[in-house]
Amino acid sequence: MKEHISEINKEWDQAKGEFILGNPERQEKFLTNSGIELTAVYGPEALADGNEGFMKKEGYPGLYPYTRGITPTMYRSNLWVMGQYSGFGSAEDANKRYKYLLEQGQTGFSIALDLPTQIGYDSDHPLAEGEVGRVGVAIDSLADIEILFKDIPLHQVRQIRTTANAIGPVTVAMLVAFAEKNGINPNDIKILIQNDPLKEYIGRGAYIYPPKAAVKLAGDVIEYCAKNLPNWTPMAISGYHIRESGSTAIQELTFTLANAICYIDEILSRGINIDDFAPKFYTFLGAHIDFIEEIAKFRAVRRIWARLMKERYQAGHPESMKLSIFAYTCGGTLTAQQPLNNIVRVTIEALGAVLGGVQTLATSSYDEAFAIPTEEAVTVALRTQQIIAYESGAANTADPLGGSYVLEQLTKEIEKRVFEEISKIDNMGGAVKCIQEGLIQKEISDAAYRFQKQVENSEKVIVGLNRFRSREEARIPVFKTDPASEARQIKRLRELKEKRDNSLVKSRLFRVKEAAGHNENVIPAIIEAVRDYATLGEISDVLREVYGEYKAMTVY
Amino acid sequence: MGYQLRVLVAKPGLDGHDRGAKVVARALRDAGMEVIYTGLRQTPEQIVEAAVQEDVHAIGVSLLSGAHNVLIGKIAKILEARGITDIIIVAGGIIPDEDIEHLKNMGVAEVFGPGTDTKEIVEFISCRCEQP
Repeated sequence: MKEHISEINKEWDQAKGEFILGNPERQEKFLTNSGIELTAVYGPEALADGNEGFMKKEGYPGLYPYTRGITPTMYRSNLWVMGQYSGFGSAEDANKRYKYLLEQGQTGFSIALDLPTQIGYDSDHPLAEGEVGRVGVAIDSLADIEILFKDIPLHQVRQIRTTANAIGPVTVAMLVAFAEKNGINPNDIKILIQNDPLKEYIGRGAYIYPPKAAVKLAGDVIEYCAKNLPNWTPMAISGYHIRESGSTAIQELTFTLANAICYIDEILSRGINIDDFAPKFYTFLGAHIDFIEEIAKFRAVRRIWARLMKERYQAGHPESMKLSIFAYTCGGTLTAQQPLNNIVRVTIEALGAVLGGVQTLATSSYDEAFAIPTEEAVTVALRTQQIIAYESGAANTADPLGGSYVLEQLTKEIEKRVFEEISKIDNMGGAVKCIQEGLIQKEISDAAYRFQKQVENSEKVIVGLNRFRSREEARIPVFKTDPASEARQIKRLRELKEKRDNSLVKSRLFRVKEAAGHNENVIPAIIEAVRDYATLGEISDVLREVYGEYKAMTVY
Repeated sequence: MGYQLRVLVAKPGLDGHDRGAKVVARALRDAGMEVIYTGLRQTPEQIVEAAVQEDVHAIGVSLLSGAHNVLIGKIAKILEARGITDIIIVAGGIIPDEDIEHLKNMGVAEVFGPGTDTKEIVEFISCRCEQP
């Protein structure tokens, strides 16, 4: 067999040599986005891996190491959750859009939070000026959550995600308090809390406390959920923001998993067993434009996770080794030029995610390079997923591209490089230390700058931007948030602060401070506080007093 | 020569998306300018103060959160109120066309949208801030 292959190889080499004399290759080298060099063709040798054959190593979907998917039948049984990232303005505005999207056949939704909320400031904080309700909905207190979820059949929604990271503990508390007040068992609602503050120091910047305190608080969420809310996903280790900050696919996986290791070590240090929390872990990754490499990335991350769980953490339960993936098409790949082309980009990225076997998918809207999306643009993005699911046939067999020579080769290569990079971070003292020293930030800004230069010298082609430009740019409608909503939100907050029992709130806040100061799990105390309408800003301020604040880095 | 342009690259407000700000900072530095990057979460007051302290020729403001009219507008107003006329403001980020007009009316010299070549920004600042 082997001899036969090498004979054919020789024959192909000769044919290639003759062919390229008259048809030289378009580029000297063909690289993936991560810089992996591709050869002209891949053959059966890509499937052989030392002594282990392809079947043994790759197995089947639903079997270790889950390269081909985490369930045996994948989308034949359950399509991925189609959940768009949305939310803007006040809780009333956001509530209306969630209802619209659910009516349109969306099966999950995501609560996009505005920046003051993500950073633990109430809407009337001086730093919140101009930002209230801009990039998401403003949540100051439980009163806003009550409006946000009004008349939404929460138990029917397959997944509700939030972008709560630094404010993870407060968000958990608000959702629990809301459910309990409404006679719902909180464990019956399917919540996914992003709760990954470490990536905020690397990308996006929605941090509050110093990294070590952030890991402690994220750990509180995981511990509380493991003990009280086993159906919740207490963490989605996130590479998306790292990728959007300019990293490669390999850096995206490396830094995401290095962060995960910090959280896992924190939880283990509390005496909790790996199998009691790892099964619910999700990862949130970008779906970028480099089609083949991205499919390989999704397959590789499952294999890496399975091996990490088994080999590094000696997990015993197969559920711990199955990593669920939430993929979101990368807004950074979209262009302001010829915006309708973005629909095509999003389709390629979304298809890559589906072929990579993700569990949840969000698709970007074609107008994202201008503002937050209009209803029409959001609908096209959702329809893109529905077309892939119901028309393309891509969902009708598990891991349809498994066994593709190039794909298996890239999956292997990414796995190898990510493990090498993770062990480098281990040797430097782990992700928290590397973040404190700005090393990870520097690596990513180097990658972002390199990419920009490649675009500017046309080494990388972006259609409509550095090639195939149009003279006339299409004008598209741009969504506007209601400028009055900031003032309305502030008014509501002030009324709340007058109406509630302020001495009770004060004692609740004192209890939160005590819990944090004594290194207890802060969630139970925060639940008590939000139930009596202590605000997000007040609770975050108390925690700032205990933990201090992270000072912005200026590495570039 | 010996004349070096000084630029403050600033991130006002709570927006933490600083990929663009950092790329531009680096491009300006590679073009021979002296660049000071403020880091995230600066108030308009802090930004103007830093610009004065660092004696810059230009402030490059990057914003993707939609708060540009309020925050960049405020920077322009503070400069005006302090009678500072020798520092230009250039802006970048996710800024809709109609807001660009508005910002220019408030005194912003230029707004660079997504996909801008950094050479364009270098050239603009060089031309506008050349020593008379």
